Amino acid sequence: MSSGAEDIQDLYSTTLRDLARNPAHRGKLDNAAATARGDNPMCGDRVDIFLNFDGPRIGETRFVARGCEICQASAAMLAEMVPGKSPDEARALGEGVKTMARTGQTNDSTGEMARLSIFAVVHKFPSRVKCATLAWSALDAALSGVRETSSE
Amino acid sequence: MDTNIARTFDVKRLRQDFPILATTVRGKPLTFLDSGASAQKPRQVIEAMTRCMETAYANVHRGAYHLSEAATESYEAARVAVQNFIGAAEPEEIVFTSNSTMAINLVAHSFGRGILKPGQFVLTSEMEHHANLVPWQMLRDAGLGIGLRYVRVTEGGELDMNDLAAKLADGKVGLVAITHMSNVLGTVTPAARIVKMAHEAGAKVLFDGSQAVVHRHVDVAALDADFYVFTGHKLYGPTGIGVLYGKRKLLDAMPPFLGGGDMIESVTLERTTYAAAPARFEAGTPAIIEAVGLHAAIDYVTAIGMDAIEAHERALVEHAMRVLPGVEGLRLLGAAQDRGGVFSFALEGVHPHDLSTYLDRSGICVRAGRHCAEPLHARFAVDGGTTRASFGLYTTPEEIDLLAEKLVDARRFFA
Repeated sequence: MSSGAEDIQDLYSTTLRDLARNPAHRGKLDNAAATARGDNPMCGDRVDIFLNFDGPRIGETRFVARGCEICQASAAMLAEMVPGKSPDEARALGEGVKTMARTGQTNDSTGEMARLSIFAVVHKFPSRVKCATLAWSALDAALSGVRETSSE
Repeated sequence: MDTNIARTFDVKRLRQDFPILATTVRGKPLTFLDSGASAQKPRQVIEAMTRCMETAYANVHRGAYHLSEAATESYEAARVAVQNFIGAAEPEEIVFTSNSTMAINLVAHSFGRGILKPGQFVLTSEMEHHANLVPWQMLRDAGLGIGLRYVRVTEGGELDMNDLAAKLADGKVGLVAITHMSNVLGTVTPAARIVKMAHEAGAKVLFDGSQAVVHRHVDVAALDADFYVFTGHKLYGPTGIGVLYGKRKLLDAMPPFLGGGDMIESVTLERTTYAAAPARFEAGTPAIIEAVGLHAAIDYVTAIGMDAIEAHERALVEHAMRVLPGVEGLRLLGAAQDRGGVFSFALEGVHPHDLSTYLDRSGICVRAGRHCAEPLHARFAVDGGTTRASFGLYTTPEEIDLLAEKLVDARRFFA
């Protein structure tokens, strides 16, 4: 079994911590074409996602997150990655993140999934998986026209 | 044995009664500071439950054979143990439930729907955990004309007693349902004063004693409480067993909650007559093994002495009040004069969830979140939650020192 100190350094990687503090893509998007709120009722984490569309593709994406560093970093990565994708591509990316956060495994270790692999270590911290997936659940809800979703 | 020696509180020796405290987390000794969520179990409780299953187990109140009679005897002996533990007048005033939540739901249903009248109010407080909020909101929303009021909490984390008086003033409150000790702030509420004020205003009183009963001696008769609820698993007993104390005449006047076996007097296809309390409120096979475990837990804390446990915890609280405020960036919620061993705090720059994960890597278990008390967190403007350290009889000052040390480290790590 690895020591706690190594685990915690892996979880709170420099990349994750920089993302959690990065001001980009934050704030509401007025008149967003799609928006949804994700709540984790157990810990109080909350992520609001705002999207516009650029033809059939997702356009500008912003978020407002109240939560831990993992939750903040995950939302920041999402807002950076989904513009330019079709809704189906974005959902598929979200499924990849969810699988990786739960199992540590990914069937694609290239490109964007490689960047998202900073969340793979979360599977060693079962109580923190939802912190990494909440923003992606909110994205699913926004793309499906649902206004609110819960991590439960 | 010299009784003075027996009464000396030796935390190191007591810790040996709790097998889990000898385990390690990732090679680190377990520092369990989440007893407010659920306490660890002493060997005496574990063994009593095992012994029941190995030697004296059958269903209760049913079989005319030795084992069933023995199990019935153990189950009813647990009721008497609870009666004596909280100073109830009779064992019939003790109803076994599955936990505090079910006990409060029982009162909300049976007393709320059966006894309260349209136009009356239930008065609870902003300090409650969800178990003492949601059942009353459900009662309010049931279309029976029963309203709900809340007593405000002061900035210092105490009940606003002027507000309590004001909300009782019109005589429309039928039931005051308030915590005896906050699971977030540690505040111990002035129970005797609340009872006096409520009774003068014509209201009955229910105390949620889930936390209080663990930390100090409770005497429901001296308090003149009408209802008092607590749960076994926070009192070093098993999960799945809780207690509703109710004054005999109140319980006898209340309609049943759940229907089924054990709560009846006679059943025909046309109608059923109900048994007297407490059986009326114990439908179905009860938590027999858990009742035996609760009995063992009560015997355990009684042998140590609730006064000795209270004195130990007061010393821990004083120690924590010296040590925790020295952690830079730490903000404690509440500053009640009378408080138990529960500390909720925010650490500047560190989210409670991140902090909890960080501390876990040092073997320290704390609770992060809103502790099933969302309105209270909104009241103190910490919607994102807090981190909570809560003490048990096995907690040591050294564990509080370790917490403080790791809080300083965490702040550096997340800076």
